[in-house]
Amino acid sequence: MKKELKPEQKKYQELQQKHETKRPVLANCMKAFIVGGLICVIGQAVSLFYMYYFNFTEKTVGNPTVATMVFFSMLLTGFGIYDKLGQIGGAGSAVPVTGFGNAVISAAIEHKTEGFVLGVGGNIFKLAGAVIVWGVFSAFVVALIKTLWLMWI
Amino acid sequence: MLAMFFWAFVVGGLICVIGQLLFDVAKLTPAHTLSLLVVIGSVLGGLGWYEPLINFAGAGATVPIVSFGNSLVNGALNEASKHGMVGVLTGMFEITSSGISAAIVFGMIGALLFKSKG
Repeated sequence: MKKELKPEQKKYQELQQKHETKRPVLANCMKAFIVGGLICVIGQAVSLFYMYYFNFTEKTVGNPTVATMVFFSMLLTGFGIYDKLGQIGGAGSAVPVTGFGNAVISAAIEHKTEGFVLGVGGNIFKLAGAVIVWGVFSAFVVALIKTLWLMWI
Repeated sequence: MLAMFFWAFVVGGLICVIGQLLFDVAKLTPAHTLSLLVVIGSVLGGLGWYEPLINFAGAGATVPIVSFGNSLVNGALNEASKHGMVGVLTGMFEITSSGISAAIVFGMIGALLFKSKG
């Protein structure tokens, strides 16, 4: 449902569109590719470490790798490095699990002043909550459909 | 082994490019983008198409947030095959427990150790 715009509003919108800075999509994509790729290479190194020194297989190694990457992201977030990385990398730093960790940890640090129960406890998933909610709910629907389908066959 | 690093870089990078396109072209907020990627991950997981990508690209497929959706679905399906329908709920976090627990634990430690700047 689109609201009818007054002529002045329409004019303003045109003006705004004319002056809106064009996003350098290609450059952003290149940066995201490189930053995201490098984070995954670090993840691959961590995976190899766990497979080599501990009893993990290629199938199970994702779990400890993710935890370790979140640990790295705590250090980088705490020292303010991840923010800078985010300015360069855009989605390259947001899409890997380190970006998820960054969202949780920066929210925790930011709301520390409001106390550890209401501040940290209440806000820790403020940014990352959407990802968990949508992940769990979509996984529930998908798994339910697939289970029913397998039973029916 | 070097090939594994190469494919991790390429596949991981490409998934991030998809995220960047959702930012820039579709003009979604980061929260919308990440939620959408997770939903895509769980659908791909349900179809069984994400597992081959992990075998192929290793961390290039497990590190992006897409794999979170895939792991949730696989955990739920594993339990469901053992215990029936209720397994969909009980097995949900079976595989991907570490991401969430690590985020909570390190978030708490981070809040204890660091002060916010500005």
